[in-house]
Amino acid sequence: MARTDVQLMLDVKAGDEQSFALLLHRYRTPLVNFLYRMVRNREQAEDLAQEVFIRVYRARADYVPSAKFTTWLFRIATNLALNSVRDTRHQRMEVSLDAPVTVDSEEGDERPLDVAEKNPNIEEHLVQQAQRDMIRHAIDKLPEKQRAAVLLHKYQDLDYGEISKILSCSQSALKSLLFRAYETLRVELAPLVALRGKS
Amino acid sequence: MSCTRMESRLLGYIDGRLKEKEQREMEKHLAACPACTVRVNEFRSVSSLLDELPQIEPSAAFDVRVRARIAAEPVKQEWWSWLGAAPRVLVAASMLLLATVWVGHRPADSTKVASFDGGDESQIMQDQDLPVLENYDVLANFEPLTDLPQPVSADDSSEQEM
Repeated sequence: MARTDVQLMLDVKAGDEQSFALLLHRYRTPLVNFLYRMVRNREQAEDLAQEVFIRVYRARADYVPSAKFTTWLFRIATNLALNSVRDTRHQRMEVSLDAPVTVDSEEGDERPLDVAEKNPNIEEHLVQQAQRDMIRHAIDKLPEKQRAAVLLHKYQDLDYGEISKILSCSQSALKSLLFRAYETLRVELAPLVALRGKS
Repeated sequence: MSCTRMESRLLGYIDGRLKEKEQREMEKHLAACPACTVRVNEFRSVSSLLDELPQIEPSAAFDVRVRARIAAEPVKQEWWSWLGAAPRVLVAASMLLLATVWVGHRPADSTKVASFDGGDESQIMQDQDLPVLENYDVLANFEPLTDLPQPVSADDSSEQEM
């Protein structure tokens, strides 16, 4: 039977490095994805995810299983992401308007859009890419805390209690935050929502 | 239930996370409110659109970098940690301490004190003149000294007068 996160962390506290490797393996992908969707830069997301794991490792001696491990992990990640977004906000605003149009492939680094790509389903591919870009753009436009709430709720399968602890707010405040975020997304994605409604 | 009150439960309803009573209230409201029904459907569409974003995989070097950073972490040492690491040092230090305390509080040797009080002064004098005594043999066999006249004692002079 697989050991729980808390058991693994207690083993790490007792000096078992192998248990830390298991936690790293278990949470690296969800953590990198969460951070990538928060900061919209793969390299930065990986740097932040590394920092999260290092902080967990450094805090091992003082670890007390008072809350779920994921609550602790994503709380560290959210704080780092929010600080990073605030620190780099001015840099993102300075992005040149004549920068090349790119397709942000989720599978790899951003690459330039190649219209002449020899793909038999090029049109379908481009439509799909445009839709994904629209969804990403809508998420990006959310205020940071709303964005974090949506990402934790939608992609990490955390309950309201956990998310409210991660974001340091009450559950009712979280529900209100999520409602406003979904309202914004509903407006931003109205064309896609309408298409979805028809199909 | 009002539309405003419904807002706080809307996502819970979509996620299926409402309690049974809340769920029933929600369904009752939706049956009577077309606007909220439209909103629920649109929120469901938004939720399914969010599902379309694919996941990324961390780069191959991710784990290696994390492990390298952990290996470079300074080892935290508590002031007492060396005791656990070296129990023999602890035992040796304890024994040394005990020996020091025992020697410091040991009662003085009465026989030695008595011998000094008793006044074996000749022995003490001998000890003090030890460098001279060491040269006694040299002086006794020193030839120029043998040529000197013997010192005259008081007894000798009285015999001569008689």
